[in-house]
Amino acid sequence: MACNRIARGGVALGSVLAVWSAGARADFAVNMTPGVTAISREVYDLHMLIFWICVAIGAVVFGVMFWSIYHHRKSRGAVAAQFHESALVEVLWTIVPMLILVAMAVPATKTLIRMADARGADLTIKVTGYQWRWHYEYLNEGIDFFSTLATPQDQIHNTVPKDATYLLEVDRRLVVPVGKKIRILTTAADVIHSWWVPALGWKRDAIPGFINESWTLIEKPGVYRGQCAELCGQDHGFMPVVVDAVPEAEFQQWVANMKAKNLPAAQAANGGQPL
Amino acid sequence: METQETKSALATANRRVVRRLLLAVAAMFAFGFALAPLYDVLCQITGLNGKTGGRVAVARPVVVDETRTVTVEFVASLNAGAPWEFAPMVTRMAVHPGQYYQTRYLARNLTDQRLVGQAVPSVAPGPAARHFQKVECFCFNRQKFEPGEERAMPVTFIIDPELPPEVRTVTLSYTFFKLDDAGG
Amino acid sequence: MSIAAAPALHHEHDTHAGPPRGLGRWLFTTNHKDIGTLYLLFSLMMFFVGGSFALVIRAELFQPGLQIVDPHLFNQLTTLHALVMIFGAVMPAFVGLANWQVPIMIGAPDMALPRMNNWSFWILPFAFALLLSTLFLPGGGPAGGWTLYPPLALQTGQAFPFVILAIHMMGISSIMGAINVIATILNLRAPGMILMKMPLFVWTWLITAFLLIAVMPVLAGAVTMLLADKFFGTSFFNAAGGGDPVMFQHIFWFFGHPEVYIMILPAFGIISQIIPTFARKPLFGYASMVYATASIAFLSFIVWAHHMFTVGMPLAGELFFMYSTMLIAVPTGVKVFNWVSTMWRGSMTFETPMLFAIAFVILFTIGGFSGLMLAIAPADFQYHDTYFVVAHFHYVLVPGAVFSIMAGVYYWLPKWTGHMIDERLGRLHFWLSVVGVNVLFFPQHFLGLAGMPRRIPDYALQFTEFNMISSIGAFLFGFSQLLFLYNVIQTIRGGEPATDQVWEGARGLEWTLPSPTPYHTFTKAPVVE
Ligand SMILES: [Cu+2]
Repeated sequence: MACNRIARGGVALGSVLAVWSAGARADFAVNMTPGVTAISREVYDLHMLIFWICVAIGAVVFGVMFWSIYHHRKSRGAVAAQFHESALVEVLWTIVPMLILVAMAVPATKTLIRMADARGADLTIKVTGYQWRWHYEYLNEGIDFFSTLATPQDQIHNTVPKDATYLLEVDRRLVVPVGKKIRILTTAADVIHSWWVPALGWKRDAIPGFINESWTLIEKPGVYRGQCAELCGQDHGFMPVVVDAVPEAEFQQWVANMKAKNLPAAQAANGGQPL
Repeated sequence: METQETKSALATANRRVVRRLLLAVAAMFAFGFALAPLYDVLCQITGLNGKTGGRVAVARPVVVDETRTVTVEFVASLNAGAPWEFAPMVTRMAVHPGQYYQTRYLARNLTDQRLVGQAVPSVAPGPAARHFQKVECFCFNRQKFEPGEERAMPVTFIIDPELPPEVRTVTLSYTFFKLDDAGG
Repeated sequence: MSIAAAPALHHEHDTHAGPPRGLGRWLFTTNHKDIGTLYLLFSLMMFFVGGSFALVIRAELFQPGLQIVDPHLFNQLTTLHALVMIFGAVMPAFVGLANWQVPIMIGAPDMALPRMNNWSFWILPFAFALLLSTLFLPGGGPAGGWTLYPPLALQTGQAFPFVILAIHMMGISSIMGAINVIATILNLRAPGMILMKMPLFVWTWLITAFLLIAVMPVLAGAVTMLLADKFFGTSFFNAAGGGDPVMFQHIFWFFGHPEVYIMILPAFGIISQIIPTFARKPLFGYASMVYATASIAFLSFIVWAHHMFTVGMPLAGELFFMYSTMLIAVPTGVKVFNWVSTMWRGSMTFETPMLFAIAFVILFTIGGFSGLMLAIAPADFQYHDTYFVVAHFHYVLVPGAVFSIMAGVYYWLPKWTGHMIDERLGRLHFWLSVVGVNVLFFPQHFLGLAGMPRRIPDYALQFTEFNMISSIGAFLFGFSQLLFLYNVIQTIRGGEPATDQVWEGARGLEWTLPSPTPYHTFTKAPVVE
């Protein structure tokens, strides 16, 4: 009987799984990406550290609780004790968590300080959020362009099959060099957006009227995808970020191509005179 | 049974509690509004959001720190629905703290109507904001533009020598907003 | 407004009378039990309204692609789901429980300000009728999220002034409710019921009421400023006029973080009543429970910016808010340890209220753990605005606040109605809920960590599986709540008669009253030993 039911359950589960894997990439990603920068790895380590601390505390507390639920039940003839305080344990379980918190705060503080240090950047890119696309401006190179969702409406409305990069593809990617410190200034032109690529380890809000500074140094060439992370209206879910990290030489080639394509209004660099 | 006195004493006590709590409610409502100016003060002190101060006095004697060079980047953004062309005439400068500099931003009205705009400054990194002092700036006033008018708008600034030593690049960004009648 | 305290000790004309009959009873009632009932029924209704919005959201998210609603309607549903659940379901449920229980737990004949009590309830149906009617306005209801961040919130169409008005009405209702609770607790305690003898539910509500008084006016101020920015040309939050949209976030979360505790402190109170009853053992660390509640309330005022680590604060600010937020783990931990110690060497039975209470302790703690992770600012740069956050606050609010409310209703319903609940049905409801809620929200942790932003109507393909599981859980959880509704109705209509003590281990003034509680109770104050 029971076996039969389990078997039937298994078949049902199996068929559900089959439906899933047929339609989609059976990814089942359950954790944060360690990413491709030193900072993103630090953040990942921090995340795992706190996670395991929580698991350990949970195991102890819930362990005690379940032990008690099993043994101290009336149906097993347990007679209730009447104690209701103990200065010692109450002091202990105030102080011990404090110490654990300090142990968490130390590495978190160190990482935060490193993240705040945007000095010595090799290039600066201004990222501007629009409803509903991103605008990128390479400040030193004088290159700028919009980057818009490239997924066709047909796929969104389910009339044609979806690509593997459904909702995560743009017409023009943000091309950046690997191994270079890139300073990113975020701002927005209408409402607040948030520029986020998980592999880079952080997100930063793009706020109209203000610029926000952050930085990244990508170690591995590759295509890294992310999305707008702050509700920005109707098409908030449809403004992805795609970063194409390429070797330095390839990046220079790309810059040269871009410059050749749209000769911008001559912009004076390194000018200016003291009064 | 309760006497008449205890009843009226209770009524008085209830009224007192209500009065005090209503006072607290009014105070907290006012506090919500008071947060607006408080926040501005906090921004000035901490450089929150890269907000810069207003006009600074010109007359302050300063020593030019020739030994130190700071790169200043100039950035321009247009708010959505601001029909201008707007760009810095110079994108970066090497400056010495304590020295006055002037640069200009170029703006062109792309419409055949009169427009009023307002530039909003923001400085990155935040801690540099209060050391970036503007002596004269087109952002201090609204800017009126005739149809199709193109204009170079000046900003005169000085980097305070007290700029934290670790700061080597300062970005000055202006976002140009269109003011409509409702917006003043 | 004549808030002149009505003579509360007794009403000469109807001391012995039962309730009047007909609709008038409910419209004009000043009886704390009637008003408590109204609040609870209203809250239950809003729970189903907000829940149905959630089910539409989860149905849309069952598969990638747009199927059921368009993105604009999706955003309206997420916004209204939050507003309805927070201000319509959870908060009124706690006010309803306070109305029923606070007087009979401290030996008072009624609430201190019965007339105001009536108004504070009757504002709510109008506020929510107004809020929900915006869905039918041209341009639809509010779609900028319940947090109302400008400039996005200012893009709301015709609905905008109505939403602000509705929020003001909810605020006024909550403030009046809070004043009433404070006045009742301070002035109407029975002789001998000193503060440090009060049941914890009363204590947590007293502290919650002070939080409400402190922060609801701040929310009122914030939305008034929004209204002024939209219609009167001010620039509080408009950069072009010298304002700053981030300032709204600071003011909002100055309200919003204490608001989180407004929704959880009374839950702590309920759980602290239930666990000792079914463990047949006094609550462990009563005094430290009170102090922990007070310190959580205090800390809630200095942690608000952890909701906005990504706006780009100075390093010092980020460190301050990270440390202060982490600190909240200490008093919260004390509470959990105290509950476990109360169970320790008790003589436990596991009736429905206790099952919900135990699930609360475990699942709320899981929400607390993810909260601790979110407190770590550098990691929050990854978690922020993803489904990890959605999972976190739903763990705190659903198997946290909502489970505590259901535990409280199951616990006190026999006292109110004189009938025992259908225990078998209660347990079935419990098991379906606890399985449903975990299938619903646990995978959302994975989604967030894998990079799915919140508040999106459609998603990339790698998020498909967990979204499907989550949606299945949502429907399981949602439809299980009909069992709760059915059980409550059946218990009101009849059932095995309840004794005065109801539960073998129950202690406290309310259990000395007959079941069902008479319409007027403690007209003569009892004396507490
Ligand atoms: Cu966006």
